[in-house]
Amino acid sequence: MKKILAVAAALALILGVIAIFAAREEKAPTPPATTNENSTPGSKPQGAGTVYYLNFKPEQARQWEELARIYTAETGVPVTVRTAASGTYEDTLRSEIEKPDAPTLFQVNGPVGLKTWKGFCLDLTDTAIYANLKSDDFALKEDGQVLAVAYVIETYGLIYNKELLHKAGYTAADITDFDSLKRIAEDIQARREELGVLGAFTSAGMDSSSDWRFKTHLANLPVYYEYKQDGIGMTEAIKGTYLDRYKAIWDLYINNATCPPSLIGAKTGDDASSEFILGEAVFYQNGTWAYDELISGGMRDEQLGMLPIYIGAEGEENQGLCTGSENYWCINKRASAENIEATKAFLEWVITSDTGRDMLANQMGFVTPFKTFDAGYTASNALLDDAARYIAEGKESVSWNFPTMPSDTWKDGVGAALLEYAQGTGSWENVRTVFVDGWAREYGAANP
Amino acid sequence: MAKQKTARKRRFSDHLLTLVFSVISAVYLFPLFVMVMNSFKRKAFISRAPFMLPRDSQMFAGLSNYRQGIERTDFLSSFGWSLVITLLSVGLILLCTSMCAWYISRVSNPATRLIYLAFIFSMVVPFQMVMFTLSKVANLLSLNTPWTIPIVYLGFGAGLAVFLFTGSMRSVPLAVEEAAMIDGCAPPSIFFHVVLPILQPVYVSTGILQAMWIWNDYLLPYLVLDMKRFKTIPIAVQYLKGGYGSVDMGAMMAILTLAILPIVLMYLFCQRYIVSGVMAGAVKG
Amino acid sequence: MEHAIKRYWPLFVLPTVLAFIVGFLLPFGMGLYLSFCRFTTVSDATFTGFENYIRAFSDPGSNFLHSMGYTALFALVSTVIINLVGLTLAVCLVRGIRGSNLFRTVFFMPNLIGGIVLGWLWQVILNGALMRYGKTLVTNEWYGFAGLLILMLWQQAGYMMIIYISGLNAIPEELTEAASIDGASGWQTFLRVKLPMLMPSITICTFLTLTGGFKLFDQNLALTNGAPSSRSELLALNIFNTFYGRSGWEGAGQAKAVVFALIVTGIALLQLRLTRTKEVQQ
Repeated sequence: MKKILAVAAALALILGVIAIFAAREEKAPTPPATTNENSTPGSKPQGAGTVYYLNFKPEQARQWEELARIYTAETGVPVTVRTAASGTYEDTLRSEIEKPDAPTLFQVNGPVGLKTWKGFCLDLTDTAIYANLKSDDFALKEDGQVLAVAYVIETYGLIYNKELLHKAGYTAADITDFDSLKRIAEDIQARREELGVLGAFTSAGMDSSSDWRFKTHLANLPVYYEYKQDGIGMTEAIKGTYLDRYKAIWDLYINNATCPPSLIGAKTGDDASSEFILGEAVFYQNGTWAYDELISGGMRDEQLGMLPIYIGAEGEENQGLCTGSENYWCINKRASAENIEATKAFLEWVITSDTGRDMLANQMGFVTPFKTFDAGYTASNALLDDAARYIAEGKESVSWNFPTMPSDTWKDGVGAALLEYAQGTGSWENVRTVFVDGWAREYGAANP
Repeated sequence: MAKQKTARKRRFSDHLLTLVFSVISAVYLFPLFVMVMNSFKRKAFISRAPFMLPRDSQMFAGLSNYRQGIERTDFLSSFGWSLVITLLSVGLILLCTSMCAWYISRVSNPATRLIYLAFIFSMVVPFQMVMFTLSKVANLLSLNTPWTIPIVYLGFGAGLAVFLFTGSMRSVPLAVEEAAMIDGCAPPSIFFHVVLPILQPVYVSTGILQAMWIWNDYLLPYLVLDMKRFKTIPIAVQYLKGGYGSVDMGAMMAILTLAILPIVLMYLFCQRYIVSGVMAGAVKG
Repeated sequence: MEHAIKRYWPLFVLPTVLAFIVGFLLPFGMGLYLSFCRFTTVSDATFTGFENYIRAFSDPGSNFLHSMGYTALFALVSTVIINLVGLTLAVCLVRGIRGSNLFRTVFFMPNLIGGIVLGWLWQVILNGALMRYGKTLVTNEWYGFAGLLILMLWQQAGYMMIIYISGLNAIPEELTEAASIDGASGWQTFLRVKLPMLMPSITICTFLTLTGGFKLFDQNLALTNGAPSSRSELLALNIFNTFYGRSGWEGAGQAKAVVFALIVTGIALLQLRLTRTKEVQQ
């Protein structure tokens, strides 16, 4: 008798605990103001799916959440937007995609990213986002299937402070190649006290959160020129033809900056943008996505301009800014049919509705590759206008080749080697080794 | 005479020690001071001049770092989730493991000895060994919410708690329990009416040790929790390293201050319990 | 009595054991198995024998051996330093000088602060201090090493001090008095009488600091994140990065974790045995 009683008591305890947890779970464990999940179960139509977007771009995280909220309010379809912290997108996607409520919409960064995730990519041929694409160049295809579609075209280069450059006695027109850039930067550096700046360039922050500006974006230039010379768009073994130019521009950055090269290991991208905003440096390598931060920091449109990053390669008089995309949408084909439909509908709404287009073009400042973004929905600001001007002048845009870099491990290796070179604890030979040998090894590891 | 002299000498050296320790204490507190000070500085000046007071308006940021930090990390909800997870987990661990420990220490057979050994073993095994599989299992069983993650903590934290409880239960005299048994009490009521009150101090010290662990734990919730809905404070802090590849040091300092403040306050109020709890816990260990 | 309790196992033992299976035994077993498999998720594992172990040790990019040496050195050095400082503080404070309670409060406090928070806090301070000399925490791995050491000392010295204080208080006064009557100097009393009596505390403290040093993760992640070139990566972080940083390396990461678990368990056993034999029989 007692034995039965004990077993019953134990079961009751366990069940009770489970019941409490289960009940709490159902009772919306998400207090209103605490999360960005915007599901409103009351208005959810029967049988409709949900959307879960794992966003890559933290700068626009808030706008995406806002957009999701509006869409949910309008249609009742719950849309969750989550943004992975920088440098953790792949990790986050890897762990999220396994979960029962996996992302229905996620991103890849280009061909290399697609290789990892193509097993999850739905064919987008019959979707609105593909139908409205201005050119097939913005889609990633494989075996006749459209697996990913770019949604934002971005541009980076050397952002410069027009007022400070004028004060130093120059204009953007004086900088037409690496030699003139070097001459002017070194002149500014030498006269920095007279000009009231701390350096020509902002600090090249190599903290692991921020080194992508150099290990990825700056490294794109030697890769671009090598691809161009060899007439290829991807390679399993880089030769490093332009690595001495990479060294030249890196030397220029670190030796004419607001801080000595030995300190850049502790500097972050935020430090660089703060320096630029405070008018302590004239040049700041970054892209159109930095615009918001510069303006909200107190800069004005007429202070801002963007120059090509000249590294001293032949034919660079005709070089433009670096334009491309590393943001491609993919729909998770392992999601349920309703969720896939809901995601397609959401994306169509994003690129066709007034709200969606306004948010992307005017609030997020995205230049998109979609035909639907006509007059009134073209993003415009000082940096984007410079980007457009270079194209209008017939300069040749530098394509984004870093999506073809073999792996994140390769990028990390290059970043670490650059840092050690700058600190004086490593040699340029080491950068070359990591760049060239590391590329072949990582390519081999990723393509066995 | 000689005795007096040594006493005086003794007093002098004690004063000297007090002085030395005052200086050391000041040095000890300095990092916290720097943190609070920098939380009121504009971010550009934090990495450049971390030890400089925000003396002019260009450097002084007011509360903007706090606004930024709280907004970016959704700090208040992280605080809430940390609290929920810690309280639920500690409660569950104390209840379940103390019962388990009592059984193990009162019933001696191969099974209980094996279980005990397994618990001890789990104390030493580093989390990396199970991190991947544990997060998969937890996902599968929906243990990925603040309401259910206490079960994971119970499982992974059982080792230490059972160890501490059995250690002290072995020293509790059996006579009281036997007397209660003779009076006709069933084991559950013996446990709750006799054993539990005797072991109150052990509950306090085990609870404090577990709470310190769970409140500060980063990797387990990072891998297990459904992060799009729930973040704990350490996750929120580390998340600040987001923003397209950068760290907003101003917001960081503000969030660190906010993360440390409640702990320090609680420590000052419950110092006696915490220190003696830690002491007791360690001595048993 | 035992018989009466025995029947109640579903109430007393089952909840904890079930959670223990879910939270430890099952993941542990799966982890052990997966270390012999190639996998990206649990379901697609294929058995490959020792391949992962070979990869873990042989791949130059995985940095495993360096990380192992670095970790061992760190655990050793931090154990010695933290315990020396903790013991010194305890010996001074146990004399009952004015302000003892206040000092104890201050020294213990950092122990309550979490590793991630500590890492960021010290990053700012140490980088600020090193800046004057044109160095940073990531100039080379030894700056990170020293930084981590300072951080851990700050965090743990107070904790160890508390344990040593309670150990010192437990020494019967007659013993020390007898020693001084016999003409022993303060230093001799400490070495010959107090220290042997303190062995249980020393066992606990060295055990805690040594295993803690080996398992250190949060502080390492927030302070240097392994920079430069993963050279300041402790084992736990190395394993985490292998696991989640590179696709295709999950198996090697799991194999490293098994090796890591073996090392930590071995050291814990060895250390307990060594110091236990030195303890005074009571």
